[in-house]
Amino acid sequence: MTPVRTATDASSGRVWKKPPFIANPWVRYGLVAITLVYLYWAFSTLPFNWERIAEGLPRALRIFGGAFPPSFERAGLLWTGFKESFQIAFLSTLLGVFLSVPIAVMAARNVAPLPVYLLGRTIIIVSRSFHPVIVAILFVAAVGFGPLAGILTLTLYSIGFVAKLLAEEIEEIDWGQVEAMRSVGAGYLKMLVYGVFPQIMPRQIGLSMYQLDSNLRASAVVGIVGAGGIGGTLMNAFGRYDYDFALAILLMIIGIILVSEGISGWVRKKVW
Amino acid sequence: MLEITNLVKRYGRNDPVLKGLNLSVDGSSVVSIVGASGAGKSTMLRCINRLVEPTSGSIKLNGHELVNLRGSELRHSRRRIGMVFQGFNLIDRLTVMENVLSGRLGYVSFFQALTRRFPQTDIDRAFNLMERVGIAHYANKRADQLSGGERQRVAVVRALMQEPEILLADEPTASLDPKTSQQIMSLLQTLASEMSLPVLINIHNVTQARMYTDRIVGMRHGQMIFDGAPKDFNQDALDAIYGGIESPEEDGGEPQHQTAQEALA
Repeated sequence: MTPVRTATDASSGRVWKKPPFIANPWVRYGLVAITLVYLYWAFSTLPFNWERIAEGLPRALRIFGGAFPPSFERAGLLWTGFKESFQIAFLSTLLGVFLSVPIAVMAARNVAPLPVYLLGRTIIIVSRSFHPVIVAILFVAAVGFGPLAGILTLTLYSIGFVAKLLAEEIEEIDWGQVEAMRSVGAGYLKMLVYGVFPQIMPRQIGLSMYQLDSNLRASAVVGIVGAGGIGGTLMNAFGRYDYDFALAILLMIIGIILVSEGISGWVRKKVW
Repeated sequence: MLEITNLVKRYGRNDPVLKGLNLSVDGSSVVSIVGASGAGKSTMLRCINRLVEPTSGSIKLNGHELVNLRGSELRHSRRRIGMVFQGFNLIDRLTVMENVLSGRLGYVSFFQALTRRFPQTDIDRAFNLMERVGIAHYANKRADQLSGGERQRVAVVRALMQEPEILLADEPTASLDPKTSQQIMSLLQTLASEMSLPVLINIHNVTQARMYTDRIVGMRHGQMIFDGAPKDFNQDALDAIYGGIESPEEDGGEPQHQTAQEALA
């Protein structure tokens, strides 16, 4: 049975349109115009050398052709490289996550007094402001080639990321649970352990898993500048034109990231 | 014995929420505090355990001044004041038992709290109280798996674990269905007389206030305008407390009288 429609319904003549995202039409169309002008300017002034690009394409094809089929002959080298990368990633994740908890508490405005908050935010901003590759270069210069530089780099990288997101999570907790703990007479640390940490625990575990993922990936990159792990092996393979071995390494990295992503997804679902 | 004298609370430069409130509660009486939203009921309750800082005035619990306490003195006083909240405020991801034992946090060391090694007497007390309110079989369940009424029982037990000298309940039944809220009210009533514990309950449901409490205090605009036995709480008192206040839940401004009767229902 179709619903009965009365005459007033049919002839009400009222229309509805979704209000625009940006209410002011000048701003709305102005933004579009600015974007178009910028794109035109950028493409007309950046030095794209189209002839050079056309020349390079067949060369790129030759290089990639040389990479097929991937060569797993030097499995020993592959294994040592990955083992070191794993060690770097695990250690730096553990250290980074462990250190990021107190820093996150310091950097959460609702549980830290202003001076402590500013200090916590500063630590996070400093550890986030450089890409791991730059940090790795600094640490390689400071402590020499090898995995120690990698571990220090990725620990700092983990602190920057995990502490920042954890601090935001703390700022969004249900304050009622904290009030309840204050009302039973718990001090600051007990309040944290009972009122705050259980609320951020799933996020904490999820972030740790994600960070392990991310550190595995990053450990390959920082290896390129000499901070140990599979990145060094990859760099050497490129340097000696062993493209087939390089492809084998890249395939292994993809495979490992896939597996670790699967595991971390499964764990995160379990702990919620 | 709780004695509040000339309590003032002002947020920033606004009009004070509490304007020189006086109230004393003795023995094991159950007192309900009624008043429209914004009358200052919640602020008054929270001033007692200092979740809200009073601007001026005095609050004495068994002769002990609570205003101006700091640090460990404040925490020691809070141990003696149990509180039950509208939203239960349980630690959702911890077990019922951990929630109940958290009522002892003011008494145990940090290490004991961290490792959940509570003294045997606390565990015995926890089981006894949980059996008393019928939740002992949930001891190892996560708190967020319980129903609303069960959660509020956990919250009541947590407050009783503190061995409180007074129990504050901030709209303890507002999130519960009518039947469960009656059960919680009668539980509070019987526990109060069993443990000879004074109980202060903020409540919106005037019928339940009449049924389950010994004394009704009516508040409006931060002042006490009614204080008496439930039998004296008549239509005039109700109008004085709720009259002329538009209730935002209704469509448009209802006539004053109807709003008052709504509150009675």
